[in-house]
Amino acid sequence: MREYTTTNTNPLVDLSHEVWGWEIPVYLFLGGLVAGMMIISGYFFLSGRWRNRDSSSYVLPALSLVLLSAGMLALFLDLEHKLYVWRLYLTFEVTSPMSWGSWILLLVYPVLIASLLLALPAALRERSPSLAKLSDRIQARPSTVRSIGALNIALGIMVGIYTGILLSALGARPLWSSALLGPLFLVSGVSTAAALVDLVAKDHAERDLVSRADIGLMITELLFIALFLIGLMNTSKVHQEAAGLLLGGPFTAVFWVLVVGLGLLVPIVIQTLTATHRIRHTVVAPVLVLVGGLVFRIVMVSAGQLTHWTPM
Amino acid sequence: MARFGMVIDTSKCIGCMDCVAACKTENDVPDGFCRDWIVTEVTGVFPDLSMEIRSERCNMCDNPPCVHCCPTGASHVSDFGKLVQINADMCIGCKACLAACPYGARYTHPDGYADKCTFCDHRLKVGQDPACVAVCPTHCMHFGDLDDPNSEVTELLNSRESKTLLPEAGTEPRVHFLTDKAKQ
Repeated sequence: MREYTTTNTNPLVDLSHEVWGWEIPVYLFLGGLVAGMMIISGYFFLSGRWRNRDSSSYVLPALSLVLLSAGMLALFLDLEHKLYVWRLYLTFEVTSPMSWGSWILLLVYPVLIASLLLALPAALRERSPSLAKLSDRIQARPSTVRSIGALNIALGIMVGIYTGILLSALGARPLWSSALLGPLFLVSGVSTAAALVDLVAKDHAERDLVSRADIGLMITELLFIALFLIGLMNTSKVHQEAAGLLLGGPFTAVFWVLVVGLGLLVPIVIQTLTATHRIRHTVVAPVLVLVGGLVFRIVMVSAGQLTHWTPM
Repeated sequence: MARFGMVIDTSKCIGCMDCVAACKTENDVPDGFCRDWIVTEVTGVFPDLSMEIRSERCNMCDNPPCVHCCPTGASHVSDFGKLVQINADMCIGCKACLAACPYGARYTHPDGYADKCTFCDHRLKVGQDPACVAVCPTHCMHFGDLDDPNSEVTELLNSRESKTLLPEAGTEPRVHFLTDKAKQ
């Protein structure tokens, strides 16, 4: 038997301490979503789909700007020393994923604005002839279009991986001690983005394309989740106890029902039936994927903070 | 340059919390927080029990995860004594260091920045021991340069069995706890 008594008045010194609330999971969700949207719109630019005026390429950059800014606002709200936020941009700390992330996000904005100008929404095109003229000039240069497409994909992959590495770099929380979180959060982000494109797409061929792609993405995500849990179960005692939070512990029901069941398995079945024309396309599957993606991040951030190196 | 560390004799510590009170007074630690604290660990089955009392604080790790994850360089290893310190004017309050520390040694100061034990570096610079070490009534705490082969802390570590907290976390702590035994 072992009994610990800690005599202190510091709520953060007790054996479990949560430092991050709702802001961080919301930010990770929106960051992953925007990362996925950049990868998808980058593909649309490279493949020439953007030439179709009904393509989501004309919606995604503006939507990305709004959602990314909302995510950055959530991140900012989480900061305790808000007026010092500019300190992020006076240095580059090579070992800090947050430092990488803040610089990468700074590069994302100009690329999103370039994408917006390239695929200028009709409303803006009508209102501003000068923007329309600029857009026409960009569109007339295939090499610029290709560069914008490639930059979208490259930065999208970086942001998507960063949202997972941000957690896995914090080795004191055993649930996050897995390099698989990078690819897992990336795939999950692209999957939620595919679901969002599924919702906003006007062009049926494009909607079918992303909903089919999402089946593969969700299966890959399930595989990564399995590998992640297998990895933890085969590491040390504290990692096994961390995995136990999702395998019988307090997060089991929400994880397996909302994230894996309703967020992945059910949408896989629905999208497969839709793809084989056995049922009509509805908004159910993409909405479930989006909600599942958000709940996944809430579970990972909340459960991870309950795990620690001292045996529970 | 010195590499300061602490050696705490668990067989002498009585858990009186003088170290905690001295730290709060010396460093003006805000209400509701503390930079050092007492842990009492009881092991065994009655009547065969043993108890260890430890005064714990930031471990001034040689491999500090809080410094590695800091996005602004606010958490850093100082030139003076190779101490893990926080520059409050550079801290944005992102709390990554709080999440990264396996010892829970850090807290967010009410003014918004991350805060923790400094080994009282303002006292060290004028040749004094940290406040907790200076007030300890049982003299269970020892402070000095771990790189100096003749320092009291090095001699204690050479002559007595000792341990660090959570060595498996890979942080290489510089606060050592002497256990009850002489070295074989």
